[in-house]
Amino acid sequence: MNDAPPKDAGPAIEVKNLECGYDGKVVLKNISFTIPRGEIFFIIGGSGCGKSTLLRHLVGLNAPTAGTVKFFGRSFTESDITTRRALLKTFGMLFQSGALWSSLSLRQNVALPLEEYTALSAREIQEIATFKLAQVGLGGFEDYYPAEISGGMKKRAGLARALALDPEIVFFDEPSAGLDPVTSRKLDELIRQIRDTFGTTIVVVSHELASIFDLADRVLMLDRTEQGVIAEGNPRELAKTSRDPRVTEFLRRADLLSESK
Amino acid sequence: MSDVAENLNARVSATTDAGLLEVTLSGVWRITETRPSWNDLVGSQRPARVRVRMEEVKKWDSSLLLFLFDLQQWSRANGAGCDFEAVPAKVRALAEQLAASHETSVPFDRSESFLTGVGLATQDARRKWAEILSFVGECVLSAARITRLPGKFRWRDCLDEAQQCGAMALPIVSLVSVLVGVTLAYTGAIALRQYGGDIYIADLIGLSMVREMGALMTAVVLAGRTGAAFAATLGNMKANEEIDALETLGIPAVQFLVLPRLLALGLMMPLLALYANALGIVGGIMVAYGLLAIPPTAFWAEMLTTVDLSDVATGVIKAGAFGLIVGLAGCLRGLQAERSAAGVGRAATSAVVTAILLIIVADAIFAVIFNVLGL
Repeated sequence: MNDAPPKDAGPAIEVKNLECGYDGKVVLKNISFTIPRGEIFFIIGGSGCGKSTLLRHLVGLNAPTAGTVKFFGRSFTESDITTRRALLKTFGMLFQSGALWSSLSLRQNVALPLEEYTALSAREIQEIATFKLAQVGLGGFEDYYPAEISGGMKKRAGLARALALDPEIVFFDEPSAGLDPVTSRKLDELIRQIRDTFGTTIVVVSHELASIFDLADRVLMLDRTEQGVIAEGNPRELAKTSRDPRVTEFLRRADLLSESK
Repeated sequence: MSDVAENLNARVSATTDAGLLEVTLSGVWRITETRPSWNDLVGSQRPARVRVRMEEVKKWDSSLLLFLFDLQQWSRANGAGCDFEAVPAKVRALAEQLAASHETSVPFDRSESFLTGVGLATQDARRKWAEILSFVGECVLSAARITRLPGKFRWRDCLDEAQQCGAMALPIVSLVSVLVGVTLAYTGAIALRQYGGDIYIADLIGLSMVREMGALMTAVVLAGRTGAAFAATLGNMKANEEIDALETLGIPAVQFLVLPRLLALGLMMPLLALYANALGIVGGIMVAYGLLAIPPTAFWAEMLTTVDLSDVATGVIKAGAFGLIVGLAGCLRGLQAERSAAGVGRAATSAVVTAILLIIVADAIFAVIFNVLGL
């Protein structure tokens, strides 16, 4: 129990002066923001602005060149392996293409985190895996392999796997990329449902305007030439009040969308 | 009354009153922590009704749903009534979803009868042979087409591949050939010494390196090094839909990807085999000098009495054929690969196995042909 995140110990995510880059090249610098628990937070911006890079640095896939990332008040960037594992247990991540393990069936994909981190019996793990797959609308596909299902289904199965441990924070990398509007909308609803039911903190990398206006409590907008944050706040307010043409141009397209309805 | 408190977090207590078991859940329910078990709680009691209260639950997730699911299953099996009135609606809804997913989940039966298995394997073997033949045919036709339009050939790719499979393979080929020469010399020395025929070690090493071992060992090394790389590269390209992109542009994958590789290997393999012959002989000379005190000049002079240019030619011809085999096997398996990480791995393995098998078969066929021709 001592490795669970301490209760009421600060916001879900706190990023300070983070510098992201790889191969000696700086992509983003001076990134600071805080995400309170239970918030749906979008990282937005044009292609190549470093959204996915920031996400990879947040979840520890890449080590930042400077700055800190804290989860529930505990440093992730400077933590030892035990703390890191304890924190990783509280994350779920949905990768762009689902990133399912191709040699495992959908049920086994969802079961793997449960086998790794819980003391549940094999039967209970099966029940949870089946339940999580049913939640994302994949009931009846439990014994299929990733190669046998469509791209949208892979993404949903990836979500079921990300939710297997009922994480405190779920990261989404471009959840609606490559999905049809109906499936994409359903995924958005599912994201909201997860937050409302479990108070989960949600971090989404996306440039899908419909999702941004539909779901986001707050957005963080990145820019490639600036190599950093150019706006932060509620998307509707930003669209109305921002004086930065880069922000309004990006968000104004949403007005076009709503006008055409 | 019974109390089950398994840890500080998730707790459950129960009171019995006139056939009604009132179960009170409390604490923090986390799936990653241990939780109380319903079966331990109920033990041998057989209440007519079970009522669940969870006002004191601070935080919950799927572990609580699992507990409720076990409770429901037990109630159904024992004919007890379940009262979830005091349970929040969203918990109830999720518990129902969990129960429903349990009901609708039907195991997918992938097993097949023995006869079906044999039938499928036979069909599969037939299909694979047909694929090999049609691939070889396609390569020949493509090659014929490209000789009429040499400008369309990917010379640049061919040179890159030639560097990769030729020059870059020199260190490993050097090491392997010297060691093969040394091993042959040691083995030969044991037998020849008994008859005082030490000097004939030169003929043994010369003939076996030039006619057989030089080409064979180079081919085996390149099957592992280059054949597997071809299969992995092409398999990955297939998984990334790069091959499909070529096809939709009307550019045959064989012409664009396979021919440059085949030509590169077909040219480099004989050169590498010649190099391997030389180094193998050097290895033999070293052992002959060190172990049998045969001076290098005597070794060389003796070797030339047996080994002539036709022996070298047989080795080079075989090496060229082995190069084509390694290239064909690698490219074919790469293009046949399944579109997944495991598929690419299997393609690389299969490329090496196929290449080595075909090399051995071809070597035997060449032995017969050269014998008939008196070479």
